[in-house]
Amino acid sequence: MDTTATIWMPAGQSNFAGEVDPIFYFLLYASIILFLIVVGGTGYLVWKYRHTGKEIKTPGVSENLTLEFTWTIIPIIMVIVVFFWGFNVFMKMNIVPRDAYEIKVTGQKWFWSFDYPNGNSTVNELVIPEDKAVKLLMSSRDVIHSFFVPEFRVKMDVVPNRYSVIWFKALNPGTYNLFCTEFCGKGHSEMLGKVRVVTEREFEEWVEAGAGGGEGIPPSEYGAQLYKAKACNTCHSVDGSRVVGPSFKADFGGSRIIEGGQTVVIDENYIRESILNPQAKIAAGYDPVMPTYQGILKDKQIDALIAYIKSLSDNIEQEKAN
Amino acid sequence: MSYDSPATENYLNTPRGLKSWLFTLDHKRIGLMYLIAMAVAFFLGGVMALLVRIELLSPAKDIMDADMYNQVFTLHGAIMIFLFIIPSIPAALGNFVLPQMLGAKDVAFPRLNLASWYVYVLGSIFAIYSLWANAVDTGWTFYTPYSTTTSTSVISMTLGAFILGFSSIFTGLNFIVTIHKLRRPGQGWYDLPLFVWGLYATAIIQVLATPVLAITLLLLILERVGGIGIFDPAMGGDPVLYQHFFWFYSHPAVYIMILPGMGIISEVIAVFSRKKIFGYKAIAYSSIAIAFIGFLVWGHHMFVSSQAALAAAIFSFLTFMNAIPSGVKIFNWMATLYKGNIKFDTPMLYVLSFLFLFTIGGLTGIFLGVLATDVHLHDTYFVVAHFHYVMVGGTVIAFLAGIHYWWPKIFGRMYNEFWAKVACAIVFIGFNMTFFTQFILGTQGMPRRYYSYIDQYQPLHAFSSVGSFVLGLGFVVMAVYLFYSLIKGPKAPGNPWGALTLEWSNSSPPPPHNFIEEPKITHGPYDYDKIVVEREVDRMRERGLPV
Repeated sequence: MDTTATIWMPAGQSNFAGEVDPIFYFLLYASIILFLIVVGGTGYLVWKYRHTGKEIKTPGVSENLTLEFTWTIIPIIMVIVVFFWGFNVFMKMNIVPRDAYEIKVTGQKWFWSFDYPNGNSTVNELVIPEDKAVKLLMSSRDVIHSFFVPEFRVKMDVVPNRYSVIWFKALNPGTYNLFCTEFCGKGHSEMLGKVRVVTEREFEEWVEAGAGGGEGIPPSEYGAQLYKAKACNTCHSVDGSRVVGPSFKADFGGSRIIEGGQTVVIDENYIRESILNPQAKIAAGYDPVMPTYQGILKDKQIDALIAYIKSLSDNIEQEKAN
Repeated sequence: MSYDSPATENYLNTPRGLKSWLFTLDHKRIGLMYLIAMAVAFFLGGVMALLVRIELLSPAKDIMDADMYNQVFTLHGAIMIFLFIIPSIPAALGNFVLPQMLGAKDVAFPRLNLASWYVYVLGSIFAIYSLWANAVDTGWTFYTPYSTTTSTSVISMTLGAFILGFSSIFTGLNFIVTIHKLRRPGQGWYDLPLFVWGLYATAIIQVLATPVLAITLLLLILERVGGIGIFDPAMGGDPVLYQHFFWFYSHPAVYIMILPGMGIISEVIAVFSRKKIFGYKAIAYSSIAIAFIGFLVWGHHMFVSSQAALAAAIFSFLTFMNAIPSGVKIFNWMATLYKGNIKFDTPMLYVLSFLFLFTIGGLTGIFLGVLATDVHLHDTYFVVAHFHYVMVGGTVIAFLAGIHYWWPKIFGRMYNEFWAKVACAIVFIGFNMTFFTQFILGTQGMPRRYYSYIDQYQPLHAFSSVGSFVLGLGFVVMAVYLFYSLIKGPKAPGNPWGALTLEWSNSSPPPPHNFIEEPKITHGPYDYDKIVVEREVDRMRERGLPV
């Protein structure tokens, strides 16, 4: 089945697209035909039997068992056919091949993290090999989220305290949108990720190398990469504007008022604590919604982020000096 | 009954005074009070809808931030569903019409009827209170554990919905007893107008399903206030259990919304086709079938919730079985038109509009009932478009058909037919612009409840927003000519449309106790094959009255 993009469906990029799309287009064309029968039929009848002269007695035909039987049985047969068709494909989605490559997916407000079997992990970017069955074992750390990749025609809720599973085979290298489709609060529409499909060889190299360790670049530059890669940018700006949390462009070395009225100094320890134990000190006027990055960021990465935040603050001083 | 000598003493002017309204036991006055309260709710919900569409004109911030957007779409849904659509047809129009259709003086329990209105107002106050007090931001479905952890006023809104549920139960109970006990001698079940069958099926669901919502919302409140872990996994609960409980009510609630609307369609299509309704028993029993099978399909909201695949398959199958009776109704309505003598007054235009829109709503439901395609479409704009085609294209359009059909009876005034047709056309065009676009957004993958979106969706979003302004304009035009008709509209005759059901055999507006003399059943509700009834509105038009 051809699954190229139409006005309806985006181009199909997984093994399921070729199974789902034929059902979709069958339903679409069957619906158009049924719609034309109902609306065309109604249009014809109201025109043909429109009032023209005076009031008349109309025929009293009010029952016809054959007709009732016909327009009950034919639709029943039609829906039973599409039921079994849809059921068949749905079961294929539910039966995971034994040799599928397993990746752990964690959803939380408001980003995705992906853990690979060798300990490698990424945020908001799922990298998978093409043409290989991938199994996602998913759970949430807070509220319900939902994993949806339109090009793959797959979706599954990501629930706290429970694992849900989907699997698929990506057909072509490329980058595809990942959406959260279960409402999860303020950052719901920012909870976006990418699925990057690469060739199997590229994938193996990528997994071996890890997600890039910041070698050969200054810590602040590595921090700038992490700022995007680890989804800090969903909630924190770097230009001083308010998003969900306080901006990274803060007065490093200065002070900040936290909930409860105390004042803290914005220093390395405060930032480290805010990353690993965000609920400890909440900036006054902000919601306590940040999840912990314990286990997601390594020490070196935390150092890099601190260096990045410092560099943003240095910029301010340079501007002032200029 | 002549059109130029309406009864001087009617339910609107006898007795007089505010107190006589606040303590009235008259079902007509209570129905009218419901209508007024609902018009306020519809206005509020409509403003919320327009705010949502304005914000979605572009992906960036247009008029509000993400928190406020989440509150506004939640209030739009909660107000429209709990305060407007669920009570709209039964409590307002049903209350007004049902006893008259049965030739009765009132409903079986007039005091319970008044109590239901006050309970409705109390519940609405709780719901609307949350507008000022950190409005709820969970979506109208209050899914856990989001709803048990958000800082917004979930309790006020759910308590409101809890209280509104009792109002719904009171009305349902009242209608069941009324229909069983207060029919005229000689008025058997098959002599009832089909609107009564629709109300009866609705009442069964109201009485049986609403308590489950009440229990669910109470458990939610207990969890938030008392820290009792029922749904929140952090406290040992199960969030998916909440979804089961919630949809066990809220799916049947969809039929609370649509069944009485289908009843109105059956009335109007027969009257304006001058034709005996085709397949009376098929239409009547299909309502009952929808009501019962409707209890067994709630899991189709949860195909991707991680519920068992076997459960999903069973729910999918039953969902299709429940689609059949709706199709049967549509074919019977079409057959009613055959060899009729059809006139295109405004109520009939709304019926044609209903057939167009509800057919789209029903057919797109098949896409969502099929397991494999639902996986792609679930929680996208396709779902948003689908349920708006059913709830607005179905229920609201049927409600408008009913309003325009019974308006002369309720207020004793005729509205301007030209402007009514114009408004009907604007609503039809605006509605399709707004929501048909959203089917395409949905198949393209646009998730629902998004404050912002990726750029590729913008043209469709912008078009949809423009459509919503057109739709809003249609309602403004409607409000203007309806208000105008109350002041300057020509006096309505007793039976302007030449209908055969009993509520048209009295004057407009009806006398305080509905009938001066006890009405006798001399013909069936749709005996247009036996009787030629004169349409008094035609005589008014012949005399040059501006109708």
